[in-house]
This record gives sequence, structure tokens and C-alpha cells, in this order.
Amino acid sequence: MFDDPLATPRATNGRAPDVFRRGAWVPMREFRDDEPVDFVIVGTGAGGGTLACRLAEAGFSVVGMDAGPWFRPLEDFASDEAEQSKLYWTDDRICGGGNPLQLGSNNSGKSVGGSTVHFAMVSLRFRPEWFKSRTVMGYGADWPVDWREMWKYYAEVEDALKIAGPVTYPWGPERPRYPYRAHELNAAALALAEGCEALGIAWTETPLATLSAPRGRAHPCVYRGFCVAGCATNAKQSALVTWIPRALAAGAEVRDLAMVGRIEVDADDRATGVHYFRAGRWRFQRARHVVVAGYAIETPRLLLNSATARFPQGLANSSGLVGKNLMVQANQAVWGLSKREIRSYKGPPSLAITEHWNYEDRKDFHGGYCYMSQGPLPQLWARTQATAHGLWGEPLMRAMQDYNHVVGLKMVGELLPQERNRVTLADSKDQYGLPIARVDYTYCDNDRALIEHALRFMRGALEVIDTRDIWEQTDDTCHLNGTARMGDDPATSVVDADCRSWDIRNLFVCDGSVFPTVGGVNPSLTTQAIACRTADRIRVLASRGELKS
Amino acid sequence: MDERYPGYDVLAKRNSPSWNEATRRAIDRRLATPREPRYFTAEEFATLTAIAERITPQPPDRAPIPVAALIDAKLLEGREEGYRATELPRDGEAWRRGLAALEAEARSRHGVAFRELQPAARDSLLTAMSSGDLKHEAWQGMPSSTFFKQRLLTDIVSAYWSHPTAWSEMGWGGPASPRGYVRMGYDARDPWEAVEARAGQQEEARRRNRHVR
Repeated sequence: MFDDPLATPRATNGRAPDVFRRGAWVPMREFRDDEPVDFVIVGTGAGGGTLACRLAEAGFSVVGMDAGPWFRPLEDFASDEAEQSKLYWTDDRICGGGNPLQLGSNNSGKSVGGSTVHFAMVSLRFRPEWFKSRTVMGYGADWPVDWREMWKYYAEVEDALKIAGPVTYPWGPERPRYPYRAHELNAAALALAEGCEALGIAWTETPLATLSAPRGRAHPCVYRGFCVAGCATNAKQSALVTWIPRALAAGAEVRDLAMVGRIEVDADDRATGVHYFRAGRWRFQRARHVVVAGYAIETPRLLLNSATARFPQGLANSSGLVGKNLMVQANQAVWGLSKREIRSYKGPPSLAITEHWNYEDRKDFHGGYCYMSQGPLPQLWARTQATAHGLWGEPLMRAMQDYNHVVGLKMVGELLPQERNRVTLADSKDQYGLPIARVDYTYCDNDRALIEHALRFMRGALEVIDTRDIWEQTDDTCHLNGTARMGDDPATSVVDADCRSWDIRNLFVCDGSVFPTVGGVNPSLTTQAIACRTADRIRVLASRGELKS
Repeated sequence: MDERYPGYDVLAKRNSPSWNEATRRAIDRRLATPREPRYFTAEEFATLTAIAERITPQPPDRAPIPVAALIDAKLLEGREEGYRATELPRDGEAWRRGLAALEAEARSRHGVAFRELQPAARDSLLTAMSSGDLKHEAWQGMPSSTFFKQRLLTDIVSAYWSHPTAWSEMGWGGPASPRGYVRMGYDARDPWEAVEARAGQQEEARRRNRHVR
């Protein structure tokens, strides 16, 4: 019988789970709590996992903490939506505002590797202009980094994850060929392609972080279609099977089931370590630098929960912006029925994409969107039909019978930063005794105009391929960004271009929270590129002796 | 309505390369869920069962999917969705309050328990709930429409479509690790996927589905 990774930490006694072999272990260096490490990193997903790897490889001593378990996909992952809800952050959270968000399975992970363990693997670069959207395009906020520098880090991440993508990408400046060949298209993706060609716009195979050829001890994708419920064959290039093993090999320690509750700051305004709960008791890990990488809800929650008499509004919050400018992305969809059998459950859910409306500016709103083919599994599809389509009783049972003929297009659209969309602390406490997050979200007029445009266009793209019973899912969002934005000015940002807090100079934030804008593409590739850049910047600052100041 | 995938049974693949050990463990546990209430009281459980019969009506000629028992087990184990509207308490408390409120509505309008109402009367109460028109004090400020969408619909359909019987009836391939799939295009079917019955070809589909393993 296997141990229960949700009950007892696995990474102990100088070893960690080998994610590539059932029941196996790899050696792991361990640090003492009272031994100050160079970096303690809170969270091991796209931001923290990537940074832990790159800092350890640069020779720093690193401890990564994750509140969730350390899974071995080959032995722990079932082909089952309900069972795999163990991947999601399902601790209590409260959602308010005019358009309350759906969290849990929709966008939050709680395991080593974070939400990359269940992400849809869509790995896209930002349009270059988005890094200066305020200056160049007149909306949102500028990033304090240059797109040409980001282009270099995108290439690094694409190679690190062996992204499977097309030979030539139809939009944006030239990029190198993707490391692995594109995946074949399933029927749902062919339907997207047909619609685009009928409407005269470009489409391509979606660049995906799942293997199209063998890599080390991981096999190519077998097209089982459970990607967002966790990959049981290790084809998915999550942080769990890419950055984390590299981090361990370079001497980092990663602690599973380790919930960080508070960052300690001394009288000189320096972070000294983190209080964390593991194996039944609270402990304190000393560190020379603290990195918060908990994604855009847990990151501001930790900074706010770490308030002191000197920082009563929470750490790193002299701008007052911690928790504000929460951005999700529009994830509305159009669904219908094809005469042909689609069986969209086969293969990764989003094998084809068009970024046409990210690069076409003749629109009467700010921002852009892409849309992709879809492959919802039965529970998700039933919930969509019930809560978004409003079906129950016999109409629901009839609609579910048509599952194998469903064809759908789903957008990932840019929504604008607004200070009223925010993460705050609620009165309720969680199982660790920590105040839980309250998340308020309301669309603005521009958001609604963008969604309206996308729904109209996607409906047309289904109509031209002879789809019947078309309906619009108007309520969905995805991804979480923006609650600790980076910038050039301490008055209007939480961290600088190096993800370093303006207020507490040995405190960093490195995850999707630092995005000033979200663009119209899935954010994980950009999060990982920022983490790689941050690691390089930290190395440079350290070599100049500027890390201590 | 005619069966769309006659004779197809996802469970026939239990010992095939489409099911890994973790999947067998998870599904075996689900199929062995006790049928009696452990989280809910008998009264609450009966009301929930009567609701589920209307949200996910089942054919009479097969063993029913135990929707109420699956929800009971989920709440007993403390598995929550991980977020809730500002007006809603935690998942289990929301269910207790919602079920009590629906009972109070049934008794104040019809003088009998919800489960004793005719199907049409049950549906009209559920419709009123979905549009937020139920406002008995037993709701304690919880909007009935929010409860209907976020808890009642979500939990009932999630439970129903977590069951292999539901998967078989919709013609889904079911668990697929490590075998996965090969034939990806239009109208393409692997030999271990369900055969859809075209009009007048029920028996042909039933015969072929016997060989789906």
C-alpha cells in the first residue's frame, strides 16, 4: 500500500519523491530551520518552482515551501475528475463583487508544482506591444521590462519545457522553431481550423507543454485528454516534472505540506524568514531573502497576513496596491452540435488556436483575445450545461446525450486592471487559523465590449461550419494575476522590474501577481520567463554586492 | 428516448490498459459508497433524494445512480469546492440550510413534505428557487437562486456525472490511462470507444459495443 501524500509529508530524511518512478525516491539536500538559507521561496508553481531551480543552479542555498502534497503522477493520479480534485486549492475562500469569480478547480493548485500540475499547457508569448500597453496602445499599465529581453527568456522556457508547436507561428515577430513538433489535431481542433479558414483568418497548432516525442524518462502524450485533471503519464511538462527535479539536483530543498502563515521582519525592515506549519506544528525557517510565489490570491493574502505594527497595512504595501488590480481573463465560450462525431475528450483540450484578434487592432475596445478548441470532461460539461446553460431535468439529460457531438470555442481574453478588483482578508479563519481571502471582481465596460465581440465572432466561426443549437457561455473566467504589480515607480507598483519589494529590499514576489496587465494569452509561459529573468537579475545583483542594500 | 450507446459499459474496461491502479482504487471506492446518510439526517437525505430525482431524472429500468449518497459522502469527508459567494456559508452548512428552507417552503405552500409533492409541484418550487423567488425566513438571508446554482445544481450534476453508469450512457470513453487514444479526427473511433447507434441500428450498435474493451 502506498503512503498518503495528503496526510504526511514525503520530502523528509534527506529524500524526495522521484516523480518518474512508482514508490521511488531521489536524494534531497536538507537545511536546518535555524540555518539561514539564501532564499526561502513560498510556492513551487510556475513562478516559485522555476525560480527555485534557477537560483539553486546559480549556487544559492534554496528552500521551497508548498502547502500541498508531493505527488508521483504515475502512482497517485487517477483518470477521474472527482478524484483529481485533490490537485486544487479548495481551502475556504469568499467571492464577491458584481461578477464573483469561480476559483477551486478553475484556476488554483495546491501541490508541489502548483497549478502547472493541472494547467491546460497552453504556452504562448505576449504580443510585444503589451509590455508597453499604456505608452504604445493607450490602456492598462506598462511593464518595466523590454519585450526583446522577454523574447530571450521565452525561448529559454520553451526549450526547458520542450514545447510542441508549429514550424512557423503566424503572429508577431519571428521566433525560433518550437523544440518539439506540433501535436496532431483532434476533431475539435479541425473544427476551429475550418471555421478560421471559412472566415479568412489565420489559425495554428497550439504551442503546448506536453511532449510530442520522448524526453528522458517521460513518454510522449498518449492523448488521454485528462490534462486539466493532472497528467498520469508525465507527458505534461509541469513544474513538478521539469523545474523541481532540476532544483533538487542542484541542491535545493523543497518541503511539501508546508503552509507558510507569516513572514517575519526585523527592526531594520529586513525579512528574516517565514513561519510555516508542517507535520503538526508551527516552525520558523530563517532566510537571508524571502520570495513569495503563491499566485495572485495566496501571495497578497500572505503579505497582508504578515502585517506588523510598523507595516499595519501588510508587507511591501507602501503603495497600498497589495491585493489590488486582480486580473482574471475572459474565458467565455460558444458551444454547439456537429453532425459529425467530435469526441473532444481525446487529446489535449486546446490543440488549435487563433490569435487573430490579439494582433488585429481594428476594434472599438482595448485589449485582445485568442480562442481555442475545447474538450470538457463529463463533470465539467454537466456543470457547464447546468449552471451556464441553465438546464436541469429532462432537458439536461437530453443535452448530455449529445456529448460526443459537442463542438466549442473558448476565448482567453484580456481584461483590464482595476483597483476595485482585489484580494482582502475576511473575518473567517482557515484550518491553520489564518484569515481567509475575500476576492472581489467586477467587469468594466471595456471588458464587456471585448467579451461581446468575442462571443459574436466565435458564434460566426461555428455557424460557418454548419453547427446547430449554438449557445453562448457568458460567465466564465480563467487565470489569476496582478495583485502585486511590478513597475518603475514605488508609488504605483509593489515590486520593481526584478520582482523586488520597494519597501523590504530582501523580499521578492515572483509569480503571476506581478503582471501589470494580462494580455490575451494564457499567462504561464510569461510567469516562467519572468522567474528566469529574476534569477539572472538576482545573480547579477549578488555579484555586484547590491543584493544586501 | 432510445439508448444512444446501447450495450456500452465503461466498467468493461476496468482491467484493460485504460485503467491504472489509482483509477481502479478511486472508482471502486465510489461504487462502494454507503447508501444510507452519514452526514445528513434521514429527513434531509430524503429531501435531497427527492430534489435529485427532478434535477437528474433516471430511467426506471436500471440501478439508480446514488446521487444523494455521493453528496453525503463528499460532505462527510469535508471535500469542498474551495470558494463560495459572500451570502453563502460553507458547503455543508449551506446544504443543511437550503434543505430546511425548501422543506419549510413546501409545508407552508402545500402543507406536506417536499418529497410528497407531485413532480410538477416539486419542479415549480425548484424553478422558483432558481429565480430567487423563495424567501421563507428559513433561508436566513441566503439567496435561493445563489444556493440553487452554486450548491444544488453544481453538487447534484457533479455527483451524477462522477458515476460510470452516467459515463456509459453518454458514450464517453471513461478512464484512459495509460492507453489513451489513437484515432483523433472526425467520426473516428478507437476499438475501445463506444459505438453510437444511428437511427434503426440499435441492435447493430449493441452487438458491437459488447466488444468494446
